[in-house]
Amino acid sequence: MSNNRIKFTTVSQKYVMALAGIFLMLFLLVHLGINILMVIGDDGEMFSQAVKFMLTNPLIKITEYFLFGGFIVHILLGVIIQIYNYRARPVKYSKSIKSDQSMFSKYMIHTGILIFVFLFIHFFHFFFVKLGLVDVPASAEGKYDFFSMAVVTFQNPIYSAIYLVSFVFLGFHLKHAFQSAFQSLGLYHDKYTPAIKALGTIYALIISVGFAIIPIYFLFFYN
Amino acid sequence: MKVNLKIWRQKDSKSKGKFIKYKLDDVSPEMSFLDMLDFLNEQLIKKGEDPVSFDHDCREGICGACGLYINGRPHGPLKKSTTCELYMREFKDGSTIVVEPWRSKAFPVIKDLMVNRSALDEIIRSGGYISVGAGAAPEANSIPVGKEVSDKAFDLAVCIGCGACVAACKNSSAMLFVAAKVSQMAILPHGKPEATKRVKRMVNKSDELGFGGCSNTYSCEFDCPKGISVEAIARMNREFFKSTVCKSKS
Amino acid sequence: MTKLDSNIPSGPLSDKWTSYKSDLKLVSPANRKKLDIIVVGAGIAGASAAGALGELGYNVKVFCFQDTPRRAHSVAAQGGINAAKNYKNDGDSIHRLFLDTIKGGDYRAREGNVYRAAEVSNQVIDHFTALGVPFAHDYGGMLDTRSFGGVQVSRTFYAKGQTGQQCLLGSYYALSRQVDKGTVRMLSRREMIDLVIVDGQARGIIARNLVTGELERHSAHAVVLASGGYGTVFYLSTLALASNPMAAWASHKKGALFANPSFIQIHPTSVPVLNEYQSKLTLMSESLRNDGRVWVPKQKGDKRHPNEIPEDERDYYLERRYPSYGNLVPRDVGSRAAKERCDAGYGVGDTGLAVYLDFKDAINKQGKKTIEDKYGNLFEMYQKISGISPYEEPMKIYPAGHYTMGGLWVDYNLMTTIPGLFAIGESNFSDHGANRLGANSLMQCAGDGFFILPYTIANFLADDIATPKIPTDTNEFDQAEKDVEDKIKKLISINGNETATNFHKRLGKILWDYCGMIRNEEGLKKGDQLLKELEEEFYKNLKIPGTDKGVNQELEKALRVQTFFEVGQLMIQDALNRKESCGAHFREESQTETGETLRNDKDYAYVAAWEYQGQDQNHKLHKEDLNFEFVELKQRSYK
Repeated sequence: MSNNRIKFTTVSQKYVMALAGIFLMLFLLVHLGINILMVIGDDGEMFSQAVKFMLTNPLIKITEYFLFGGFIVHILLGVIIQIYNYRARPVKYSKSIKSDQSMFSKYMIHTGILIFVFLFIHFFHFFFVKLGLVDVPASAEGKYDFFSMAVVTFQNPIYSAIYLVSFVFLGFHLKHAFQSAFQSLGLYHDKYTPAIKALGTIYALIISVGFAIIPIYFLFFYN
Repeated sequence: MKVNLKIWRQKDSKSKGKFIKYKLDDVSPEMSFLDMLDFLNEQLIKKGEDPVSFDHDCREGICGACGLYINGRPHGPLKKSTTCELYMREFKDGSTIVVEPWRSKAFPVIKDLMVNRSALDEIIRSGGYISVGAGAAPEANSIPVGKEVSDKAFDLAVCIGCGACVAACKNSSAMLFVAAKVSQMAILPHGKPEATKRVKRMVNKSDELGFGGCSNTYSCEFDCPKGISVEAIARMNREFFKSTVCKSKS
Repeated sequence: MTKLDSNIPSGPLSDKWTSYKSDLKLVSPANRKKLDIIVVGAGIAGASAAGALGELGYNVKVFCFQDTPRRAHSVAAQGGINAAKNYKNDGDSIHRLFLDTIKGGDYRAREGNVYRAAEVSNQVIDHFTALGVPFAHDYGGMLDTRSFGGVQVSRTFYAKGQTGQQCLLGSYYALSRQVDKGTVRMLSRREMIDLVIVDGQARGIIARNLVTGELERHSAHAVVLASGGYGTVFYLSTLALASNPMAAWASHKKGALFANPSFIQIHPTSVPVLNEYQSKLTLMSESLRNDGRVWVPKQKGDKRHPNEIPEDERDYYLERRYPSYGNLVPRDVGSRAAKERCDAGYGVGDTGLAVYLDFKDAINKQGKKTIEDKYGNLFEMYQKISGISPYEEPMKIYPAGHYTMGGLWVDYNLMTTIPGLFAIGESNFSDHGANRLGANSLMQCAGDGFFILPYTIANFLADDIATPKIPTDTNEFDQAEKDVEDKIKKLISINGNETATNFHKRLGKILWDYCGMIRNEEGLKKGDQLLKELEEEFYKNLKIPGTDKGVNQELEKALRVQTFFEVGQLMIQDALNRKESCGAHFREESQTETGETLRNDKDYAYVAAWEYQGQDQNHKLHKEDLNFEFVELKQRSYK
């Protein structure tokens, strides 16, 4: 029977990459859905309630572990795949390849790394505070007062700029990621694939523009 | 017209290669790209120099032997055509043309612009066929094949094995090649019995030979001289999923 | 040399193969493993033979000079593959396919072989379909067929315009499967330079490794040549540049007779020579003549743009000369008529060697859309090559060398006159007579490889089961390798000024002019003279750069061109000998009043098999009389 062991082929890698990616994309939607409550003008009232729910719901707690798993798998595998693929062409072309169809797909590892760097900065401002690894800012009322942390962070123009730039990269990353995940999972259809591609663009725009609203709001419109 | 050529020269697989520049006058725009290389070689031979080695044969775009990486594009700037179908009228007078061999770990250079593509044969040998011996086949019409299926199978089967997909891919991935064959065989009723085993073996073989993985960049589709769609890759992924997850081996 | 025996079994035509087959000797599975077979060439014939023999359990080694078997020039066949399935219920049968082929070949093919080829054609379609060849199907899921030139039934199976490619891949799958199973070893980038004969039998080959340049010895109990034809002798042809008859010719020089070398098919519609650097002529499907009208200007040397030449100054010469058939005259007639016009000075284009194929009227009448649906891909192909859109102005076309009916003489077992040496596919002469019908070549190649050779070779090998592995360290191999070495050294040491390609061009021109579409005694003699002179120059002025080690494409070319000189001379000798016109062989001295081929069945109803007599010696003619028991010989007529 089973001398036919399942190897972890490049196709399997794609599958895992796509599944982790889809999970992360769903997370981003939820994340955006909650955070956007910060800008509705009620000084974070609604937002704080949502945060409270997220912090207390046991299901969310469990999901959080999966989320971390997803991040780790997605990032590690991304790097491993990149190294493997890089080694498939030991001698490079002198003229770089001009046949790529979109720049988004070409720079996945680059945007990915930038997003990873951003993630650290982001953790410093929020997540690590929650964990108690970083001191709570003076203006915040405890380590769960994310609204105040956001005010502190985004009223700093440098941080806001970093966030905004990162969201552009995130958008780029997602633009390819969305339809790529479907392709990797084998979901291609003459009729629906163009729609999926369009949806991917819309999704990437919603996420990047949606998140970008928050720093812009705190920087220019909140006092 | 005049062209400035920058051609990769490499004595053999073990030597280190380098680019050499050649100036070529009196090139006719009506020459095919390969005629132009013949023309260059004729001059090199007369000068007592070593002519440029490159693979070619049918010169009508069907054998898949020719394959040069011209100015950053496999088979040059023209879409849906092979190097032999490229004519000098596509280039401007006085332009510089950089010619490189296919670059991939799985395609070692043999000499100059000639590479060893036998890895593609090895992929086919690892299951890219239907196991039927001569004499065993049933009457051809006894297994109906719908027109849509046979047309689609044909579109997948037009691959000429030139390796442009590998050359164009930033990962040197041969997945379009693998997928085209996997999909062709998987949709034809005759190929279904072996479908799960086939896709598993072929994908493993491709990885083992040093081709990269697919990251859905689709440059392969962009530069495939026969216009094979990346839909094939999606189908292969599906087939692969079926073979590893859904199918239990008895 | 004993009298040629074709070994055609007696009895009624339809029973010959069946009863013969069941009486053939067999080799038991246990013994097959001990028997080595070499197959040279991996096109449809070679790959299918290797696949079938490997399946049976023989030890097979396959050689091809390309980097992979999938590049063999079978790949370029466009139209289709014939079979007598009678799926269209239009009265087709094995017998009708047989009759059409015999008649198409102008009664110069062997009845027994042709009937057998027709007989196995149905199995070929079954097998290719099972192998995954995506032949066109109709909506009901049944195989589709189309009509082809020269016949009244619809029996041509096709995969768009790439049937050859798909059939080649089918054979390649069969071959690849055997390589996977370990019964077949595939040795690519190797070219057979010589045949090794031990005790009167073919026992091995000397192959040159085209990567390292080393000479390799390979031995076997039997050798199968599937190395294709010699159509590239013209230099410019519809064939792949490297296609060559070196393997067949080397075997010929070792004793295998070469049959009907002057029978070469010239295809009427190819993209013409556009400039002096051109290396290749691309075929434009004959189907274009259904709607295209062929013409040249009425005025000699008219250099006006075709669209500026008014209607009454155009000479639609095919419609003028053949009012009943018009533009749809058979291949050879169309080719000769084009040549006649161009030779008379009416040709168009820079070279004056082209005629117009005009779609203006068809587009006006049927609309551009309809024409695009019918011929869109061909128009695109033409535009890629010439840069001219056939929608805007007429195509330029001219005939080009396409297929060689002649080849190594084989008997009913497909064995040459050297015991143990078999020849299949285009490399033999067997099935097409003096002219091949469209879509019959794929049929013959696959039939030979899959369903005929495996039986007949077993019959031969059955007597050889006690023979151990043939050693390669014997005098015979030493001598053969040394001969090849000397031959290569000799060519390299000439160190003259002209490249092999240039010689090939000049040689091809001579043959095209004097032994091409129209031949006559005087021209043939002159051609022979010119050829001999050029050959002399070749041995004085050839330039091969580099050494015999490593990749040396110029050396490869030189070896091939050297062969072409010898093949060309035999072509001329054969054409001179055959003082009749038949099929593709048109002798001006033998034509009807209306300029059609005139056969002479009384004196020439034979296969001309030529024996090599030594360097610079004339070949010796052996005649195999063609006995027509089942068909009546008629004059072909188009009027």
